Amino acid sequence: MAERYSSFEPKGTRWFLQRLTAGFLVVVLAFHFMLLHFVHHAYEITFMGTQARMTQVGYFATMVLFLVTATFHGVNGVYNALVNQGLSGTRKTAVKYVLVGAGLLLALQGTRVALAMTGMDVTF
Amino acid sequence: MSQSYDRGLIEDFGRWQEFSAGMWAWVLHKFTGWVLIGYLFTHIAVLSTAIPAATGDPAIYTGTLQSLEELALVRVLEVGLLSVAVFHILNGVRLLFVDLGVGLNAQDKSFYASLVLTGAIVVASVPTFISGAF
Ligand code: HEM
Ligand code: HEM
Repeated sequence: MAERYSSFEPKGTRWFLQRLTAGFLVVVLAFHFMLLHFVHHAYEITFMGTQARMTQVGYFATMVLFLVTATFHGVNGVYNALVNQGLSGTRKTAVKYVLVGAGLLLALQGTRVALAMTGMDVTF
Repeated sequence: MSQSYDRGLIEDFGRWQEFSAGMWAWVLHKFTGWVLIGYLFTHIAVLSTAIPAATGDPAIYTGTLQSLEELALVRVLEVGLLSVAVFHILNGVRLLFVDLGVGLNAQDKSFYASLVLTGAIVVASVPTFISGAF
């Protein structure tokens, strides 16, 4: 019998979504590191350089998708880990809404940032 | 498929001396996952300087990022982040295979392989990550 260590309920919805997002993240996270450390050096990053990348539709879409997927994967991972540690009842519900809220805020702010990087005015 | 296997509680970290490879993999995967989501919040906060930069002075963004990169401490933390990310990716891919039922009998070996490969990638990347900082 194989050992299995996972915090996720096998084959549940959260388990499945965690794996689906992971598959996508492998590709984009590796791409992100390669691009911003090896192709461009991290210390050479300028607003102009970022803007040049973010005004390309394909790159922009990839980054926003990266943002949303990473946020979901991270927050879902944390939630699941806490449930696995025995979180239940009212506290579970409270934690769930706090995490959903934090995730939404992060995705919202990240999207504003992405738009600002194209040169758009997102101040209000 | 996955029958339960009585290995006691891994959640009881005090037992770390009795941990098997799979338990270490589980602990490390958690730790690295939490670091990554923590970093993402910080990352977006720093990149938020793009918001004033878009309408005013681009130097707000460029200056913030470049002065961070000038700090040796930040460079060291970035190498740490790289190690964490590479391990989480490689071990994550390993977990995906395990869930697909591939390589069930080589789980220990593939975990050690993830560790060794993480080490190798990190060592090979160190020069690029710290160039110009010291
Ligand atoms: C130290 C390594 C890293 C550096 C130097 C870096 C740098 C950057 C830069 C400069 C951008 C702006 C886009 C561009 O200029 O092309 C960006 C965007 C982004 N990065 Fe990173 N990054 C790093 C690691 C990471 C990691 C580990 C994650 C995932 C947890 C991540 C997630 C993102 C996301 C989601 C965006 C898009 C932000 C948005 O759309 O608002 N980055 N990164
Ligand atoms: C790059 C490719 C990635 C892969 C292949 C991957 C894979 C996985 C897998 C398979 C799990 C489930 C582990 C289990 O069954 O217990 C997981 C958990 C997790 N991942 Fe990722 N992941 C990736 C990127 C990320 C990123 C970018 C973040 C953060 C933004 C992240 C944060 C987490 C967290 C917080 C958990 C939960 C850890 C826990 O159980 O405490 N991962 N990852």
